[in-house]
This record gives sequence, structure tokens and C-alpha cells, in this order.
Amino acid sequence: MKELKIEATVENLAKVFSFLSESMESYDCDPKVKRQIKLCVEELFVNIAHYAYNPDIGLAEISIDTVAGKDGKPRMVISFADSGKPYDPLSRPDPDIEADLEDRQIGGLGVYLVRTTMDSVEYEHRNGHNITTIEKELKGTD
Amino acid sequence: MNYEKTNDGKKLTVSLIGEVDSMNTPEIEERLLREVDGVTELVFDMSKLDYISSAGLRVLLQMQKMMKPVGSMVIVNAKDDVMDIFKVTGFIRLFTFQ
Repeated sequence: MKELKIEATVENLAKVFSFLSESMESYDCDPKVKRQIKLCVEELFVNIAHYAYNPDIGLAEISIDTVAGKDGKPRMVISFADSGKPYDPLSRPDPDIEADLEDRQIGGLGVYLVRTTMDSVEYEHRNGHNITTIEKELKGTD
Repeated sequence: MNYEKTNDGKKLTVSLIGEVDSMNTPEIEERLLREVDGVTELVFDMSKLDYISSAGLRVLLQMQKMMKPVGSMVIVNAKDDVMDIFKVTGFIRLFTFQ
């Protein structure tokens, strides 16, 4: 398992991206799946940066691991922890993606993207921490 | 800068390049809001765009809402990966693609 403990600021997203690409380097993974994972990492990390400690700054802990799924295929498991305000990102209603332009709301898109592109997303509040965990099967390039 | 433009007064073409993420979106948004004044035809060329997150989507939605009463906004040459994001989020229904 690889871990990164870092101040949750939007500027630090670059370091989070580096951490992610180093962690994924050794896996044969379809570029599309890689981009989906990257997108979800951005959305969840930036959520912490924007909301968890607002208006203060606090730490985010990101851990990346791979496990074998039931079918034996490798799955990437990434969890995000912060000790900010208790908040379940999954409690937020999905945006109405059928809405017309006038009614289309700006918020909620990030979490919606996470929900729709990952195989599983779970939230728990444990020992004073918000912990959100995403899982995605790693598809090979062949 | 992940942004290039050509402007002939009424028509503004903005090329989004590489990655549009939470780090560079505020700067892109600021430039767009400054440069779109008086423009009636806004074109986003996405031929060189590889990645866009919800931060960038928000700005595109905001620009679409701004342009609708005064003219048009068109997205051209978006790659498959970027189109996937528009599809998943339902933005494909809100924007004009060429």
C-alpha cells in the first residue's frame, strides 16, 4: 500500500497527481480507466480542499492499494481520509442530468462523476475521520 | 497556459490544451469572462484537450448560460475521452458540438 499525507489545498493537486501516476506506473492499465481514476482522485481531493476544513487548512491522507477481486482481476482501491467536518459526499442528491440549460445546476457534478465511473464508492465516519473509498477494476491494455 | 485564442471581435475561438483541472480553471475562467465581452460567437476547440474535470465543466456551463441570450457557443473537435465526460454528465444535451 502506498500512502500520501498532504495539506488539502487545490495547489497540492499536482502532488496528488504525481503520487497517483507513480503508484499506477507498474500496472498494465487501459488509458481510459487511468483517466477515470485520475478524474475521481481530483474530484474527491478537491472536495476535501474546498469543504472539509473551510476556512482553515487541514490534512488529507490518501492510500492506494490493489486487491484481487472475486474474479481474480486486480482492483485499485483508493481511500481519502480527513479529520474535518463530518460529511458524507454520497448523501448529496445526483444532479438532474436531464435538466435544460436554464435549470441545470452547477453543483454535485464531481461526486456524480465518481459514482458513475467507479465500480464502488463507500463512505464512513470513523474515529473522527471522513473516509471515502473508491474501487475500480484495472483493465489491461491487451 | 492551457488556453490559446483567436479573436476577430464578434467571434472568439478558444483552444483548450492538455488538461483543464481544478488548478488552472480559475485562471481560464477569469480570462474567458474578460475576453467574452462583445463576443456573439464563442468556439471552444478541444482538439488538444485530453482531460477535463468538473471544475472545467462548471465554467463551460457558465459560459453557455452567458452566451445563450447574446449569441452562440460551439464545441469543436472534442476527443472521445472528453466526449465521454459530456455524455455521462448529460452536458451533451446542453451544448452544440461540431
